This record gives sequence, C-alpha cells and structure tokens, in this order.
Amino acid sequence: MTELIQIKDLKVHYPIRSGFFNRVTDYVYAVDGVNFTIEKGKTYGLVGESGSGKSTIGKAIVGLEKTTSGQILYDGKDVTKRSARHAIGYNKDVQMIFQDAMSSLNPKKRVIDIIAEPIRNFERLSDQEEKKKVKSLLDIVGMPEDALYKYPHEFSGGQRQRLGVARAVATNPKLIVADEPVSALDLSVQAQVLNFMKRIQEEYGLSYLFISHDLGVVKYMCDTIAIMTKGRFVEIGTREEIYTNPQHIYTKRLLSAIPKIDVAHRKEHMETRRKVDQEYHTLQKEYYDEAGRVYDLQTLNATHQVALRNVESEGV
Amino acid sequence: MENTVKFNRVSPKKIEEMEKISQMQGISQNDDGYVKTIVKRFLKDKVAVVGLFFFLLLIIMAIFANQIAPYDPAKIVGSFESAPSKDFLLGTDEVGRDVLSRLIYGARVSLVVGVLSVLIYSVIGTTLGLLSGFIGGFWDAAIMRLTEVFMSFPYFMVILVIVSLVGPSIWTVTFVIGLLGWPMLCRLVRGEVMKLKNADYVQAAIASGYNTFQILFKHIFPNVLSLILVNMTFGVATSIITEASLSFLGVGVQPPTASWGNMMSNAQSLTVLSTEYWRWLPAGLMILIAVLSVNFFGDGLRRAIEGETR
Repeated sequence: MTELIQIKDLKVHYPIRSGFFNRVTDYVYAVDGVNFTIEKGKTYGLVGESGSGKSTIGKAIVGLEKTTSGQILYDGKDVTKRSARHAIGYNKDVQMIFQDAMSSLNPKKRVIDIIAEPIRNFERLSDQEEKKKVKSLLDIVGMPEDALYKYPHEFSGGQRQRLGVARAVATNPKLIVADEPVSALDLSVQAQVLNFMKRIQEEYGLSYLFISHDLGVVKYMCDTIAIMTKGRFVEIGTREEIYTNPQHIYTKRLLSAIPKIDVAHRKEHMETRRKVDQEYHTLQKEYYDEAGRVYDLQTLNATHQVALRNVESEGV
Repeated sequence: MENTVKFNRVSPKKIEEMEKISQMQGISQNDDGYVKTIVKRFLKDKVAVVGLFFFLLLIIMAIFANQIAPYDPAKIVGSFESAPSKDFLLGTDEVGRDVLSRLIYGARVSLVVGVLSVLIYSVIGTTLGLLSGFIGGFWDAAIMRLTEVFMSFPYFMVILVIVSLVGPSIWTVTFVIGLLGWPMLCRLVRGEVMKLKNADYVQAAIASGYNTFQILFKHIFPNVLSLILVNMTFGVATSIITEASLSFLGVGVQPPTASWGNMMSNAQSLTVLSTEYWRWLPAGLMILIAVLSVNFFGDGLRRAIEGETR
C-alpha cells in the first residue's frame, strides 16, 4: 500500500473570453476540486459522461494541461510545474496512452523511432542496444519484429494501439494514464489490447489510470473506480462497492444504463430503469446543491466515498 | 539506475532466437534510413526522374558555361542577325553575338536568381511560420500582421522601385525576390503547424519531456517539409519567370550580360518575331524546360516524402 501519486484539490478552469476587449467573462470548470490517491500496482477507473473532465484530469497528471490550482504530489513533491517535473524525471515515470492510435503515432516515422523516442530522451543507448530493447517491447505487445521498420499506416487499428502501449511502457514507467485506449476499437480487438495491458501490469507492477466511459471495460480492468460528473467526483469505491452498492443517484443512473442481454426479463429491466430515472429527477435536490454542483465527498468506509450533503440524513 | 537494469524482461537469448527465426524465414531486416527510403521511392517515379535529369543538365550547363559555349557571349563574333548555320548553330543576334553562347551563359543568371532567391525566402518563411504557428499568442499576431503588410504591397511595383533605387543587377533582383516572397510560405507553414500542434504524437512527445525546439524539429518540421519543398519548386519556377519579366522590362540583368529574359526582350519587334525565330524561340524554350523540370522534380519529391501515408 504505497502511495504513488496524490492529487490534492486539483482545479483546471478555462477562461471564456468575449466582448470587444477579449476580457475574461467566465470560466469553464473542467475540473473543480478533485482529491485522489493512486497507489502502486493498482488500476484506477475514471468514469463519466463526455465533458465531465475525466480526460482533463489525465492530461493534468501527465503534464499536458496547466492546472489552475491544487497540487499533484509525486514522491511528496509537487509536479504541477514543468521545471519540477523535469528535475525529478517525472516524465519518465508517468506515460500516456491515447485514444486515437493513428494520430498518436507520427506518420513520418518508423516504428523503431516511435517506440524508441521516450527512451532516447532519458537514456543513451547504442543502436544495437536500442534495437534490442524495441524488439523486446514489440514482443511484449505481441507484435512481430518485422514491424520494426514499418510506418504506422501499415498497421491495423488494434496493432497501432499496441504500438502506443509499447511506447508508453518503453521508459518502464510507474504509472500509465490511458485515455480511452480502446474506445476506437471493435470489441474483439478491445479485449486483445486490454489483455496485453493486464499482462504488462502483472510483469512490471505498474499502475493504470484508466479513463473511459465504457463501464464494461472499466469493470474488467479496474480495482478502484471513481465516477465523475461536472468536473467533480460523485463516488469513489472498489469495483464491488460501485457495482453492487452504489450510493449516489448519478452512479445508480449510470449503472442502470448498461444494456442487459436478458430478453426474458426485458420488462423488469425497463421498469427498474424508469424507476431510477424518476428517482433521479425527484431526488436531484438531495444530491446536488442549489447551483447544481456536486457536494464534497463524505467517507463511508476506508475505500468508499460518496458526494452527499449529509451522510446521516440519507440513512446509510 | 535500478529501473533500467531491471528492464530487459525478454532475455537476450530469446531475442537472438527471434533473430534467427526471422533470418530463416527471410523477413526483411530492411534497415534503410529515412533518406534512403525516400530516394528509393523517388527513383520509381519516372516523370520526376526526367525532371531531375533536365534540372541537373541545366546546372551543369550553367557551371561549365565557359567550356561549353563556343563563343564569348558578350563579343561580336559574326555578322548581325544571321540565321542558324554551321558556324552559329542558333544564329546571331542584332549586333552579331552568338545566340547559343548567350543561351548557355543565360542559364547562370536564371538558376542563380531562381534557386538563391527561393532559398532566401523559404528560410525566412519557414522560420517565421514555425514560430508563429507553434508559439502563438503575441508573436503569432505580430508575425501575421507583418505578412499582411508585405502581402498588401503590389509585388511587381515594389520590385521595380527597389531595383531602380539600388540599381539593376542580378544580385539586386535575387535579393528583392527573396526578401519579398516569404509571406505566402509563412502563412502556409503556420496553418500546417497549428494543425499538427494538437496531434496526439506531439502531445506524446511533450509527455515524454521533450522541449519545444526538439518537438519543432523532430515532429513538426518533417511533417511540413513536403509542403515547403513543393512551394520551393514552384517558387523556383516563379522566380525564373519574374527575372525574365524584369529583364524583359529592362530593369533586370543589364546587357551585355546575357539572360533568357533580356534575350527575349531584345526580340520584341514584329519583324524579329515573325522572321527571326532563332532569337526568341530557344530562350523561351529554355525557360519552359527549366520551369517544367523543376515542377516535375518537386512534385515527385513531395510524393516520395509523403510516401503512401496520404
């Protein structure tokens, strides 16, 4: 149980500029006060609808997004500044897998150059050593070694995403932020890529922050799941807690939206879904404050936290 | 560092095994560098190779003009306005200079103006375009206003004014074209850079801790290179034509120095045009060949660099 990264009250606001003088008139609260701890060797799921700020959190952790306030602590050091990241080699330890594999691979470069790129920034290797390393990386993601001198456009979508995974693993990082890594792939290929990711985790003992809107994928991959809406967390818990004992109305609604292949009980499913939806509308005031903002998280037990106004009054 | 040592999970033995297998199966260990792949692809393109051939021919002609040319281009060597004969393969002009020799020496002027001016403006345009597109903000705005100022000048008038102020010579023409030609390329590069800047592979490079200049030159520049090259080849053609037009107007290269442009301008009268074809046709053909060969070459180069990536 060692902490890898601790996120404290992270906020990312984008200014909205308008008017003749291009003044800042308002802000988009993409991420609005998020606390989160990532432990070594575990997989975390970040789930939410489009625009809920989940990708922004991922990018902020990797350092692609400027934070407005709050801290991201790595080994007890704040890494929200570029110079700080540089000083402790943070970029070596935290890597990213992107959603669109094609656009994440430079079309002008060969696979060997793409995968070796992160290595080249941190280590000085001879050509032979580098080639061996890239070969071993290709082997880890199940790609033949004749891929070495090919260009990205010569691969299928699943293969490209595996190349993306290989590049992320290249520096032997401690955390990989995976921003919807399989949502652009079809189902059979999704499973393949996910299995490679799982195998890599077992071998290297690294952590994943898995950003997705696919609850099935998250259930398969993650130990701990955080549900997000409007830039704030509504519920954090272990996989079992979230799927069997959801506390927040938003989580319940999200879970009831998973399609079930069970034709015999079709009517019942439809009714539960309706019930949850109705509940969502009638109880909305209990779960959101006047401005529609999600409440701060209240601790239920060591692993389960829910955003409620007052835990006692809900009778938990 | 502990991490780096720990890394090789796949044992060296296994990699050697993999290598053996791949050799047995004859999997290509095609370790051509980036440049070699491009050269290979370029050589497959016949039209482009022909273009390159003619362009090289012109360059050789320009360099060895004093050995190739049968006569001194500025000297009167025969009777004036004589038709092509055994002594003067392309005849003589109005004062008795050999047209063929003047044509060969004219290649020097056209190539210097064409190539050098384009080199000047593509360096300026590319640098400013890269900075403008990548850095954005204040510098982007400043550079864009500057290009607008430059683009709002009537191009030809400015050239005429500057040439008449500084005095006409091959170098003035070169530098004036070079210093005025960059805004177009600058805007093109800027647009492309702004598009590429948000690509995930650039983000991935930033996430790997690369700094701005490394990203500009390793990721963005190779991807805008084809655009720049195409623009450059068209630019060479345009510059050759601009020089010809300036010489035609009498403000370009001054006689007795020969250029294809002033050869044509000397053949302006109707009698020359209708009866003395040798005084304007060869020069016109040379301009055509130069422009076409550069364009074909550039087009082929672009296709070779872009490859099958589309």
